[in-house]
Amino acid sequence: MDISIDSVRNVAKLARLKLSDRELEFFAGQLAIILEYIDQLKKVDTSGVEPTSHVLPIQNVFRKDSTGSSLTQSDVLKNTASSEGGLFKVPRVVEES
Amino acid sequence: MGLNQRTALDLIESVKRGKINSSDIIKDVLKRIKDVDSKINAFAHLNSAEDLFKNAEGKKSGRLAGIPVALKDNLCENDRLTTCSSKILSGFKPPYSATVVKKLEDEGAIILGKTNMDEFAFGSSCETSCYGTTRNPWDTKRIPGGSSGGSAAAVAADEAVMALGSDTGGSIRQPAALCGVVGMKPTYGRVSRYGLIAFASSLDQIGPITKDVSDCALLLSVISGHDESDSTSADMPVPDYTDFLGSEIRGMRAGVPKEYFVEGSDPEVEKSVRKAIETFRGMGVEIVELDLPHTKYAVGTYYIIASAEASSNLSRFDGVQYGHRSSSSKDIIDLYSATRSEGFGDEAKRRIMLGAYVLSSGYYDAYYLKASKVRTKIKEDFDNAFKKCDVILTPTSPTPAFKAGEKMNDPLNMYLSDVYTIPANLAGIPAVSVPCGFTKSGLPIGLQIIAQAFREDNIIKAAHAFEVTAKCNNRKPDLG
Repeated sequence: MDISIDSVRNVAKLARLKLSDRELEFFAGQLAIILEYIDQLKKVDTSGVEPTSHVLPIQNVFRKDSTGSSLTQSDVLKNTASSEGGLFKVPRVVEES
Repeated sequence: MGLNQRTALDLIESVKRGKINSSDIIKDVLKRIKDVDSKINAFAHLNSAEDLFKNAEGKKSGRLAGIPVALKDNLCENDRLTTCSSKILSGFKPPYSATVVKKLEDEGAIILGKTNMDEFAFGSSCETSCYGTTRNPWDTKRIPGGSSGGSAAAVAADEAVMALGSDTGGSIRQPAALCGVVGMKPTYGRVSRYGLIAFASSLDQIGPITKDVSDCALLLSVISGHDESDSTSADMPVPDYTDFLGSEIRGMRAGVPKEYFVEGSDPEVEKSVRKAIETFRGMGVEIVELDLPHTKYAVGTYYIIASAEASSNLSRFDGVQYGHRSSSSKDIIDLYSATRSEGFGDEAKRRIMLGAYVLSSGYYDAYYLKASKVRTKIKEDFDNAFKKCDVILTPTSPTPAFKAGEKMNDPLNMYLSDVYTIPANLAGIPAVSVPCGFTKSGLPIGLQIIAQAFREDNIIKAAHAFEVTAKCNNRKPDLG
Protein backbone atom coordinates (compact mmCIF):
# COMPACT_ATOMS: atom_id res chain seq x y z
CA MET A 1 0.00 0.00 0.00
CA ASP A 2 1.21 3.49 -0.85
CA ILE A 3 0.77 6.62 1.17
CA SER A 4 1.54 9.87 -0.64
CA ILE A 5 3.90 12.51 0.65
CA ASP A 6 0.93 14.88 0.65
CA SER A 7 -1.09 12.69 2.98
CA VAL A 8 1.86 12.34 5.33
CA ARG A 9 2.25 16.11 5.26
CA ASN A 10 -1.45 16.47 6.08
CA VAL A 11 -1.30 13.97 8.94
CA ALA A 12 1.80 15.70 10.33
CA LYS A 13 -0.09 18.99 10.23
CA LEU A 14 -3.07 17.46 12.05
CA ALA A 15 -0.70 16.04 14.67
CA ARG A 16 1.15 19.38 15.01
CA LEU A 17 4.48 18.00 13.88
CA LYS A 18 6.84 20.04 11.74
CA LEU A 19 8.72 17.70 9.42
CA SER A 20 11.43 18.33 6.84
CA ASP A 21 11.04 16.98 3.28
CA ARG A 22 13.57 14.28 4.12
CA GLU A 23 11.55 13.26 7.19
CA LEU A 24 8.30 13.24 5.22
CA GLU A 25 9.83 10.81 2.74
CA PHE A 26 11.33 8.66 5.50
CA PHE A 27 8.03 8.35 7.39
CA ALA A 28 5.97 7.84 4.20
CA GLY A 29 8.07 4.78 3.37
CA GLN A 30 7.76 3.29 6.86
CA LEU A 31 4.06 4.07 7.26
CA ALA A 32 3.37 2.39 3.91
CA ILE A 33 4.97 -0.85 5.14
CA ILE A 34 3.04 -0.73 8.43
CA LEU A 35 -0.30 0.06 6.73
CA GLU A 36 0.24 -2.76 4.26
CA TYR A 37 0.71 -5.18 7.16
CA ILE A 38 -2.36 -3.78 8.94
CA ASP A 39 -4.43 -4.28 5.78
CA GLN A 40 -4.63 -8.01 6.53
CA LEU A 41 -7.43 -7.18 9.00
CA LYS A 42 -9.69 -6.83 5.95
CA LYS A 43 -9.66 -10.65 5.73
CA VAL A 44 -11.54 -10.98 9.03
CA ASP A 45 -15.31 -11.23 8.69
CA THR A 46 -16.65 -8.77 11.24
CA SER A 47 -20.21 -8.46 10.01
CA GLY A 48 -22.55 -8.25 12.99
CA VAL A 49 -19.62 -7.96 15.43
CA GLU A 50 -19.82 -5.25 18.09
CA PRO A 51 -16.66 -3.16 18.47
CA THR A 52 -14.75 -3.38 21.77
CA SER A 53 -13.52 -0.02 23.02
CA HIS A 54 -13.21 -1.16 26.58
CA VAL A 55 -12.77 -4.65 28.03
CA LEU A 56 -14.48 -4.24 31.38
CA PRO A 57 -18.27 -4.37 31.69
CA ILE A 58 -18.31 -0.83 33.11
CA GLN A 59 -20.97 1.62 31.98
CA ASN A 60 -21.01 4.85 33.94
CA VAL A 61 -19.02 5.37 37.09
CA PHE A 62 -20.39 7.96 39.47
CA ARG A 63 -19.08 9.45 42.65
CA LYS A 64 -20.50 11.94 45.12
CA ASP A 65 -20.61 15.51 43.84
CA SER A 66 -18.63 16.96 46.72
CA THR A 67 -15.74 19.37 47.01
CA GLY A 68 -12.23 18.21 47.86
CA SER A 69 -8.69 19.50 47.80
CA SER A 70 -6.97 20.18 44.47
CA LEU A 71 -3.52 21.28 43.36
CA THR A 72 -2.46 24.80 44.29
CA GLN A 73 -1.84 27.41 41.62
CA SER A 74 1.90 27.40 42.30
CA ASP A 75 2.01 23.59 42.01
CA VAL A 76 0.25 23.75 38.66
CA LEU A 77 2.55 26.48 37.33
CA LYS A 78 5.86 25.14 38.61
CA ASN A 79 6.62 23.10 35.48
CA THR A 80 5.84 25.68 32.82
CA ALA A 81 8.54 27.43 30.82
CA SER A 82 6.71 30.73 31.04
CA SER A 83 4.02 32.17 33.29
CA GLU A 84 2.82 35.61 34.35
CA GLY A 85 0.30 36.77 36.93
CA GLY A 86 -0.64 33.20 37.83
CA LEU A 87 -1.32 32.22 34.21
CA PHE A 88 0.46 30.16 31.55
CA LYS A 89 2.07 32.55 29.07
CA VAL A 90 2.04 31.77 25.32
CA PRO A 91 2.58 33.79 22.13
CA ARG A 92 -0.28 36.07 21.05
CA VAL A 93 -3.34 34.08 19.91
CA VAL A 94 -5.72 36.86 18.84
CA GLU A 95 -4.73 39.15 15.95
CA GLU A 96 -4.63 42.90 16.53
CA SER A 97 -7.56 44.54 14.74
CA MET B 1 25.77 -12.88 48.87
CA GLY B 2 24.96 -9.15 48.87
CA LEU B 3 21.59 -8.09 50.26
CA ASN B 4 20.80 -6.64 46.82
CA GLN B 5 20.76 -10.19 45.42
CA ARG B 6 18.11 -11.44 47.81
CA THR B 7 14.34 -11.37 47.33
CA ALA B 8 12.08 -8.90 49.12
CA LEU B 9 10.33 -11.61 51.15
CA ASP B 10 13.66 -12.98 52.30
CA LEU B 11 14.95 -9.50 53.25
CA ILE B 12 11.74 -8.61 55.09
CA GLU B 13 12.13 -11.76 57.19
CA SER B 14 15.71 -10.79 58.11
CA VAL B 15 14.65 -7.23 58.95
CA LYS B 16 11.88 -8.58 61.20
CA ARG B 17 14.36 -10.74 63.07
CA GLY B 18 16.56 -7.69 63.57
CA LYS B 19 19.50 -9.18 61.64
CA ILE B 20 19.66 -6.31 59.14
CA ASN B 21 18.00 -2.96 58.61
CA SER B 22 16.87 -0.98 55.59
CA SER B 23 20.07 1.09 55.42
CA ASP B 24 22.10 -2.12 55.01
CA ILE B 25 19.96 -3.07 52.00
CA ILE B 26 20.26 0.37 50.44
CA LYS B 27 24.02 0.36 50.98
CA ASP B 28 24.37 -2.90 48.99
CA VAL B 29 21.96 -1.75 46.27
CA LEU B 30 23.81 1.56 45.80
CA LYS B 31 27.17 -0.19 45.68
CA ARG B 32 25.86 -2.51 42.97
CA ILE B 33 24.48 0.42 40.97
CA LYS B 34 27.85 2.18 41.25
CA ASP B 35 29.68 -0.99 40.14
CA VAL B 36 27.58 -2.04 37.17
CA ASP B 37 25.20 0.66 35.97
CA SER B 38 27.82 2.24 33.72
CA LYS B 39 27.58 -1.04 31.74
CA ILE B 40 23.79 -1.49 31.99
CA ASN B 41 22.30 2.05 32.02
CA ALA B 42 19.19 0.81 33.82
CA PHE B 43 18.50 4.06 35.67
CA ALA B 44 17.33 7.33 34.15
CA HIS B 45 17.08 9.18 37.49
CA LEU B 46 18.49 7.92 40.77
CA ASN B 47 17.48 9.49 44.06
CA SER B 48 20.41 10.79 46.14
CA ALA B 49 22.05 8.47 48.68
CA GLU B 50 21.37 11.07 51.37
CA ASP B 51 17.63 11.03 50.62
CA LEU B 52 17.51 7.25 50.45
CA PHE B 53 19.22 6.74 53.80
CA LYS B 54 17.11 9.43 55.41
CA ASN B 55 14.00 7.76 54.04
CA ALA B 56 15.14 4.36 55.31
CA GLU B 57 15.29 5.70 58.88
CA GLY B 58 11.56 6.20 59.19
CA LYS B 59 10.33 3.16 57.29
CA LYS B 60 9.94 0.36 59.78
CA SER B 61 6.41 -0.91 59.27
CA GLY B 62 4.34 -2.15 56.34
CA ARG B 63 4.46 -5.11 54.00
CA LEU B 64 7.47 -3.69 52.12
CA ALA B 65 9.18 -2.05 55.10
CA GLY B 66 12.60 -0.81 54.07
CA ILE B 67 12.62 -2.48 50.63
CA PRO B 68 14.09 -0.38 47.79
CA VAL B 69 11.85 -0.39 44.71
CA ALA B 70 12.65 1.08 41.28
CA LEU B 71 9.95 2.80 39.22
CA LYS B 72 9.61 2.99 35.48
CA ASP B 73 10.17 6.57 34.28
CA ASN B 74 6.46 7.00 33.41
CA LEU B 75 5.15 6.70 36.99
CA CYS B 76 4.61 10.09 38.60
CA GLU B 77 6.40 10.69 41.89
CA ASN B 78 5.75 13.94 43.67
CA ASP B 79 8.52 16.50 43.06
CA ARG B 80 10.90 13.92 41.51
CA LEU B 81 11.92 13.80 37.86
CA THR B 82 9.47 11.72 35.78
CA THR B 83 10.21 12.05 32.08
CA CYS B 84 9.03 8.98 30.08
CA SER B 85 12.66 8.96 28.87
CA SER B 86 11.64 11.69 26.42
CA LYS B 87 13.18 15.06 25.71
CA ILE B 88 9.70 16.59 25.62
CA LEU B 89 9.31 15.94 29.37
CA SER B 90 12.82 17.04 30.30
CA GLY B 91 12.88 18.56 33.77
CA PHE B 92 9.31 17.51 34.60
CA LYS B 93 8.67 17.07 38.33
CA PRO B 94 5.04 16.03 38.87
CA PRO B 95 3.05 17.92 41.54
CA TYR B 96 1.54 14.62 42.76
CA SER B 97 2.33 10.90 43.08
CA ALA B 98 0.72 8.02 41.22
CA THR B 99 -1.61 5.88 43.32
CA VAL B 100 0.80 2.92 43.07
CA VAL B 101 3.63 5.10 44.38
CA LYS B 102 1.51 6.14 47.37
CA LYS B 103 0.62 2.51 48.01
CA LEU B 104 4.31 1.52 47.96
CA GLU B 105 5.21 4.32 50.36
CA ASP B 106 2.30 3.46 52.66
CA GLU B 107 3.71 -0.06 52.94
CA GLY B 108 7.17 1.25 53.81
CA ALA B 109 8.97 0.85 50.47
CA ILE B 110 11.87 3.17 49.58
CA ILE B 111 11.66 4.61 46.06
CA LEU B 112 15.10 4.23 44.49
CA GLY B 113 14.57 6.26 41.34
CA LYS B 114 13.31 5.94 37.78
CA THR B 115 14.36 3.30 35.31
CA ASN B 116 15.10 3.82 31.63
CA MET B 117 12.42 2.95 29.07
CA ASP B 118 11.55 3.29 25.42
CA GLU B 119 10.33 6.86 24.89
CA PHE B 120 6.70 6.98 26.10
CA ALA B 121 6.83 3.14 26.21
CA PHE B 122 6.97 3.01 22.40
CA GLY B 123 9.31 0.13 21.72
CA SER B 124 10.46 -3.39 22.51
CA SER B 125 14.17 -2.76 23.04
CA CYS B 126 14.75 0.32 25.22
CA GLU B 127 16.59 1.88 22.28
CA THR B 128 14.22 4.81 21.74
CA SER B 129 15.03 6.41 25.12
CA CYS B 130 16.54 9.91 25.09
CA TYR B 131 19.02 8.59 27.67
CA GLY B 132 20.50 5.92 25.40
CA THR B 133 19.97 2.16 25.29
CA THR B 134 19.77 -0.01 28.39
CA ARG B 135 21.91 -3.15 28.03
CA ASN B 136 20.93 -6.73 28.78
CA PRO B 137 22.81 -7.92 31.89
CA TRP B 138 23.24 -11.39 30.33
CA ASP B 139 25.02 -9.98 27.27
CA THR B 140 25.65 -6.25 27.15
CA LYS B 141 25.80 -6.26 23.33
CA ARG B 142 22.10 -7.09 23.43
CA ILE B 143 18.97 -5.15 24.34
CA PRO B 144 17.02 -5.89 27.55
CA GLY B 145 13.65 -5.81 25.78
CA GLY B 146 11.15 -3.05 26.28
CA SER B 147 9.58 -0.86 26.99
CA SER B 148 10.18 -1.51 30.73
CA GLY B 149 13.75 -2.58 29.88
CA GLY B 150 15.36 -0.49 32.62
CA SER B 151 13.16 -2.05 35.32
CA ALA B 152 13.81 -5.61 34.08
CA ALA B 153 17.56 -5.04 33.69
CA ALA B 154 17.81 -3.40 37.15
CA VAL B 155 16.16 -6.40 38.82
CA ALA B 156 18.17 -8.93 36.76
CA ALA B 157 21.46 -7.18 37.55
CA ASP B 158 20.52 -6.90 41.26
CA GLU B 159 20.53 -3.09 41.08
CA ALA B 160 17.04 -3.15 42.62
CA VAL B 161 15.24 -5.67 44.79
CA MET B 162 12.00 -5.20 42.86
CA ALA B 163 10.55 -2.79 40.33
CA LEU B 164 7.36 -1.58 38.70
CA GLY B 165 6.82 -1.45 34.95
CA SER B 166 3.88 -0.79 32.68
CA ASP B 167 2.55 -3.08 29.97
CA THR B 168 0.52 -1.92 26.95
CA GLY B 169 1.47 -4.66 24.48
CA GLY B 170 4.04 -6.71 26.40
CA SER B 171 6.23 -4.02 27.94
CA ILE B 172 6.55 -5.83 31.28
CA ARG B 173 6.55 -9.45 30.12
CA GLN B 174 8.87 -9.25 27.11
CA PRO B 175 11.75 -7.52 28.96
CA ALA B 176 11.19 -9.84 31.94
CA ALA B 177 11.59 -12.83 29.58
CA LEU B 178 14.67 -11.38 27.90
CA CYS B 179 16.32 -10.51 31.24
CA GLY B 180 15.42 -13.76 33.05
CA VAL B 181 13.12 -12.27 35.72
CA VAL B 182 9.42 -12.49 36.62
CA GLY B 183 7.07 -9.85 35.17
CA MET B 184 3.28 -9.67 35.39
CA LYS B 185 0.67 -7.65 33.57
CA PRO B 186 -2.40 -7.75 35.83
CA THR B 187 -6.01 -7.74 34.57
CA TYR B 188 -7.04 -4.38 33.07
CA GLY B 189 -8.56 -2.50 36.02
CA ARG B 190 -6.81 -4.52 38.75
CA VAL B 191 -4.30 -1.71 39.40
CA SER B 192 -5.08 2.03 39.33
CA ARG B 193 -3.52 3.90 36.40
CA TYR B 194 -3.77 7.27 38.17
CA GLY B 195 -0.37 8.93 37.76
CA LEU B 196 0.82 6.59 35.02
CA ILE B 197 1.60 8.85 32.07
CA ALA B 198 -0.84 7.46 29.51
CA PHE B 199 0.17 5.67 26.31
CA ALA B 200 -2.99 3.74 25.31
CA SER B 201 -5.62 4.12 28.00
CA SER B 202 -7.67 1.01 27.11
CA LEU B 203 -4.58 -1.24 27.22
CA ASP B 204 -2.12 0.18 29.80
CA GLN B 205 -1.62 -1.63 33.09
CA ILE B 206 1.04 -1.24 35.79
CA GLY B 207 2.63 -4.42 37.14
CA PRO B 208 5.49 -5.97 39.14
CA ILE B 209 8.94 -7.03 37.91
CA THR B 210 10.65 -9.22 40.50
CA LYS B 211 13.33 -11.86 41.07
CA ASP B 212 10.80 -14.60 41.74
CA VAL B 213 7.09 -15.46 41.80
CA SER B 214 6.72 -14.98 45.56
CA ASP B 215 7.87 -11.36 45.32
CA CYS B 216 5.54 -10.91 42.33
CA ALA B 217 2.59 -12.07 44.49
CA LEU B 218 3.64 -9.71 47.30
CA LEU B 219 4.08 -6.64 45.09
CA LEU B 220 0.83 -7.35 43.21
CA SER B 221 -1.06 -7.51 46.53
CA VAL B 222 0.32 -4.09 47.50
CA ILE B 223 -0.47 -2.22 44.27
CA SER B 224 -3.89 -3.73 43.41
CA GLY B 225 -7.25 -2.24 44.26
CA HIS B 226 -9.96 0.25 43.44
CA ASP B 227 -9.10 3.93 43.26
CA GLU B 228 -11.56 6.81 42.99
CA SER B 229 -9.06 8.68 40.85
CA ASP B 230 -9.21 5.99 38.13
CA SER B 231 -12.78 5.21 37.16
CA THR B 232 -11.61 2.18 35.14
CA SER B 233 -10.10 0.55 38.24
CA ALA B 234 -12.22 -2.39 39.33
CA ASP B 235 -14.21 -2.13 42.54
CA MET B 236 -13.46 -5.68 43.63
CA PRO B 237 -11.83 -7.12 46.75
CA VAL B 238 -8.08 -7.76 46.54
CA PRO B 239 -6.92 -11.13 47.83
CA ASP B 240 -3.53 -11.55 49.45
CA TYR B 241 -1.83 -13.17 46.47
CA THR B 242 0.90 -14.66 48.66
CA ASP B 243 -1.81 -16.98 50.05
CA PHE B 244 -1.71 -18.84 46.71
CA LEU B 245 2.01 -19.64 46.90
CA GLY B 246 2.67 -23.34 47.35
CA SER B 247 -0.81 -24.39 46.20
CA GLU B 248 -1.38 -27.85 44.78
CA ILE B 249 -1.94 -27.62 41.00
CA ARG B 250 -2.71 -31.27 40.26
CA GLY B 251 -5.91 -31.37 38.20
CA MET B 252 -5.46 -27.84 36.86
CA ARG B 253 -6.06 -27.62 33.09
CA ALA B 254 -3.47 -25.81 30.95
CA GLY B 255 -4.23 -24.88 27.33
CA VAL B 256 -1.56 -24.83 24.64
CA PRO B 257 -2.62 -22.77 21.58
CA LYS B 258 -1.12 -24.02 18.33
CA GLU B 259 -1.02 -20.47 16.92
CA TYR B 260 1.79 -19.64 19.36
CA PHE B 261 4.04 -22.39 18.04
CA VAL B 262 4.48 -21.40 14.42
CA GLU B 263 7.35 -20.69 12.06
CA GLY B 264 9.33 -17.60 12.97
CA SER B 265 9.89 -18.63 16.56
CA ASP B 266 13.42 -19.40 17.62
CA PRO B 267 13.83 -23.22 17.87
CA GLU B 268 15.58 -22.98 21.24
CA VAL B 269 12.68 -20.91 22.62
CA GLU B 270 10.12 -23.43 21.34
CA LYS B 271 12.10 -26.37 22.75
CA SER B 272 12.38 -24.74 26.17
CA VAL B 273 8.68 -23.85 26.32
CA ARG B 274 7.70 -27.38 25.20
CA LYS B 275 9.86 -28.73 28.00
CA ALA B 276 8.08 -26.42 30.46
CA ILE B 277 4.73 -27.78 29.27
CA GLU B 278 5.98 -31.32 29.96
CA THR B 279 7.03 -30.17 33.44
CA PHE B 280 3.43 -29.10 34.05
CA ARG B 281 2.18 -32.45 32.75
CA GLY B 282 4.56 -34.14 35.18
CA MET B 283 2.98 -32.15 38.02
CA GLY B 284 -0.43 -33.62 37.22
CA VAL B 285 -1.67 -30.73 35.10
CA GLU B 286 -3.97 -31.73 32.24
CA ILE B 287 -2.65 -30.34 28.95
CA VAL B 288 -5.36 -29.27 26.49
CA GLU B 289 -4.82 -28.31 22.83
CA LEU B 290 -6.38 -24.97 21.94
CA ASP B 291 -7.30 -22.84 18.96
CA LEU B 292 -6.98 -19.06 19.17
CA PRO B 293 -7.69 -18.47 15.47
CA HIS B 294 -7.48 -14.65 15.46
CA THR B 295 -4.00 -14.54 17.01
CA LYS B 296 -2.39 -13.59 13.69
CA TYR B 297 -4.45 -10.39 13.54
CA ALA B 298 -3.47 -9.20 17.02
CA VAL B 299 -0.40 -7.16 16.03
CA GLY B 300 -2.26 -5.27 13.28
CA THR B 301 -5.23 -4.64 15.57
CA TYR B 302 -2.94 -3.45 18.32
CA TYR B 303 -1.00 -0.99 16.18
CA ILE B 304 -4.22 0.67 15.06
CA ILE B 305 -5.81 0.90 18.52
CA ALA B 306 -2.66 1.68 20.50
CA SER B 307 -1.43 4.30 18.03
CA ALA B 308 -4.86 5.95 17.85
CA GLU B 309 -5.05 6.22 21.63
CA ALA B 310 -1.42 7.37 21.81
CA SER B 311 -1.88 10.15 19.27
CA SER B 312 -4.78 11.42 21.33
CA ASN B 313 -3.01 11.06 24.70
CA LEU B 314 0.19 12.71 23.47
CA SER B 315 -1.61 15.79 22.19
CA ARG B 316 -1.21 17.22 25.70
CA PHE B 317 2.52 17.68 25.13
CA ASP B 318 2.49 21.08 23.50
CA GLY B 319 5.08 23.03 25.49
CA VAL B 320 2.55 25.13 27.40
CA GLN B 321 2.12 23.57 30.83
CA TYR B 322 5.19 21.39 31.35
CA GLY B 323 8.31 19.96 29.78
CA HIS B 324 10.28 21.22 26.83
CA ARG B 325 9.18 24.41 25.08
CA SER B 326 10.69 25.48 21.78
CA SER B 327 12.44 28.83 21.92
CA SER B 328 11.95 29.49 18.21
CA SER B 329 8.24 30.02 17.75
CA LYS B 330 6.49 32.94 16.13
CA ASP B 331 2.86 32.10 16.97
CA ILE B 332 0.87 29.62 19.06
CA ILE B 333 0.51 26.93 16.37
CA ASP B 334 4.21 27.21 15.65
CA LEU B 335 4.92 26.88 19.38
CA TYR B 336 3.07 23.55 19.44
CA SER B 337 4.61 22.21 16.23
CA ALA B 338 8.16 23.31 16.95
CA THR B 339 8.01 22.00 20.55
CA ARG B 340 6.66 18.63 19.46
CA SER B 341 9.11 18.25 16.57
CA GLU B 342 12.06 19.03 18.80
CA GLY B 343 10.80 17.05 21.79
CA PHE B 344 9.59 13.74 20.32
CA GLY B 345 11.89 11.08 18.88
CA ASP B 346 11.25 9.26 15.60
CA GLU B 347 9.25 6.35 17.04
CA ALA B 348 6.93 8.71 18.92
CA LYS B 349 6.42 10.74 15.73
CA ARG B 350 5.74 7.56 13.76
CA ARG B 351 3.07 6.36 16.21
CA ILE B 352 1.45 9.77 16.55
CA MET B 353 1.15 10.00 12.77
CA LEU B 354 -0.10 6.44 12.39
CA GLY B 355 -2.70 7.16 15.06
CA ALA B 356 -3.77 10.46 13.52
CA TYR B 357 -4.01 8.71 10.13
CA VAL B 358 -6.24 5.81 11.27
CA LEU B 359 -8.53 8.25 13.09
CA SER B 360 -8.67 10.81 10.30
CA SER B 361 -11.84 11.44 8.34
CA GLY B 362 -12.33 8.85 5.61
CA TYR B 363 -10.15 6.22 7.32
CA TYR B 364 -11.83 5.85 10.72
CA ASP B 365 -14.21 3.05 9.68
CA ALA B 366 -11.65 1.16 7.62
CA TYR B 367 -9.01 1.17 10.35
CA TYR B 368 -10.11 2.13 13.86
CA LEU B 369 -13.63 0.71 13.81
CA LYS B 370 -12.47 -2.44 12.00
CA ALA B 371 -9.71 -2.98 14.58
CA SER B 372 -12.19 -2.50 17.44
CA LYS B 373 -14.31 -5.29 15.94
CA VAL B 374 -11.37 -7.64 15.42
CA ARG B 375 -10.51 -6.93 19.04
CA THR B 376 -13.91 -8.39 19.97
CA LYS B 377 -13.04 -11.56 17.98
CA ILE B 378 -9.69 -11.87 19.78
CA LYS B 379 -11.42 -11.49 23.14
CA GLU B 380 -14.00 -14.13 22.14
CA ASP B 381 -11.16 -16.53 21.26
CA PHE B 382 -9.98 -16.30 24.87
CA ASP B 383 -13.53 -16.56 26.30
CA ASN B 384 -13.97 -19.82 24.38
CA ALA B 385 -10.54 -21.11 25.36
CA PHE B 386 -11.16 -20.60 29.07
CA LYS B 387 -14.16 -22.91 28.89
CA LYS B 388 -11.59 -25.68 28.37
CA CYS B 389 -8.72 -24.62 30.60
CA ASP B 390 -7.67 -22.60 33.67
CA VAL B 391 -4.42 -21.17 32.29
CA ILE B 392 -2.79 -20.88 28.86
CA LEU B 393 0.92 -21.63 28.33
CA THR B 394 2.90 -19.95 25.53
CA PRO B 395 6.34 -18.49 24.82
CA THR B 396 6.55 -14.87 26.03
CA SER B 397 8.72 -13.71 23.14
CA PRO B 398 9.42 -15.47 19.82
CA THR B 399 13.17 -14.94 20.26
CA PRO B 400 15.69 -14.37 23.04
CA ALA B 401 17.31 -10.91 23.41
CA PHE B 402 18.46 -9.52 20.06
CA LYS B 403 21.49 -7.35 19.37
CA ALA B 404 21.30 -3.59 19.88
CA GLY B 405 20.63 -1.87 16.56
CA GLU B 406 19.34 -5.02 14.87
CA LYS B 407 15.72 -3.88 14.43
CA MET B 408 15.99 -0.12 14.80
CA ASN B 409 15.55 0.59 11.08
CA ASP B 410 12.76 -1.93 10.66
CA PRO B 411 9.79 -0.79 12.78
CA LEU B 412 7.42 -3.55 11.59
CA ASN B 413 9.91 -6.26 12.53
CA MET B 414 10.31 -4.58 15.95
CA TYR B 415 6.50 -4.55 16.39
CA LEU B 416 6.36 -8.29 15.65
CA SER B 417 8.53 -9.04 18.70
CA ASP B 418 5.34 -8.50 20.75
CA VAL B 419 3.28 -11.01 18.76
CA TYR B 420 2.69 -13.34 21.75
CA THR B 421 2.14 -10.67 24.41
CA ILE B 422 -0.25 -8.29 22.62
CA PRO B 423 -3.37 -10.55 22.66
CA ALA B 424 -3.64 -10.45 26.49
CA ASN B 425 -3.67 -6.63 26.42
CA LEU B 426 -6.37 -6.53 23.75
CA ALA B 427 -8.49 -8.96 25.82
CA GLY B 428 -7.67 -7.20 29.12
CA ILE B 429 -6.61 -10.46 30.80
CA PRO B 430 -3.66 -11.09 33.15
CA ALA B 431 -0.42 -12.78 32.10
CA VAL B 432 3.00 -13.40 33.60
CA SER B 433 6.40 -14.22 32.18
CA VAL B 434 8.53 -16.61 34.25
CA PRO B 435 12.03 -17.87 33.39
CA CYS B 436 11.92 -21.36 31.83
CA GLY B 437 15.48 -21.91 30.62
CA PHE B 438 18.46 -20.58 28.72
CA THR B 439 19.75 -20.77 25.17
CA LYS B 440 23.06 -22.52 24.54
CA SER B 441 24.72 -19.11 24.48
CA GLY B 442 23.29 -18.32 27.92
CA LEU B 443 20.37 -16.01 27.12
CA PRO B 444 17.22 -16.34 29.26
CA ILE B 445 13.93 -17.68 27.86
CA GLY B 446 10.48 -16.82 29.27
CA LEU B 447 7.29 -18.86 29.60
CA GLN B 448 4.04 -16.90 29.47
CA ILE B 449 1.12 -18.00 31.65
CA ILE B 450 -2.23 -16.34 30.82
CA ALA B 451 -5.45 -16.56 32.86
CA GLN B 452 -9.01 -15.23 32.79
CA ALA B 453 -9.80 -11.70 33.96
CA PHE B 454 -9.20 -11.30 37.72
CA ARG B 455 -7.79 -14.83 38.04
CA GLU B 456 -4.26 -13.77 38.94
CA ASP B 457 -4.58 -16.42 41.67
CA ASN B 458 -4.37 -19.16 39.01
CA ILE B 459 -1.31 -17.51 37.48
CA ILE B 460 0.45 -17.27 40.84
CA LYS B 461 -0.37 -20.92 41.66
CA ALA B 462 0.87 -22.23 38.30
CA ALA B 463 3.92 -19.96 38.08
CA HIS B 464 5.05 -20.71 41.61
CA ALA B 465 4.64 -24.46 41.24
CA PHE B 466 6.63 -24.29 38.00
CA GLU B 467 9.38 -22.16 39.54
CA VAL B 468 9.79 -24.54 42.47
CA THR B 469 9.82 -27.66 40.26
CA ALA B 470 11.81 -26.47 37.24
CA LYS B 471 14.37 -24.38 39.20
CA CYS B 472 15.16 -22.18 36.19
CA ASN B 473 15.95 -18.95 38.00
CA ASN B 474 19.00 -19.90 40.03
CA ARG B 475 21.60 -18.37 37.68
CA LYS B 476 22.91 -14.81 37.90
CA PRO B 477 24.42 -12.78 35.04
CA ASP B 478 28.19 -12.31 35.23
CA LEU B 479 28.97 -8.61 35.18
CA GLY B 480 32.52 -8.89 36.48
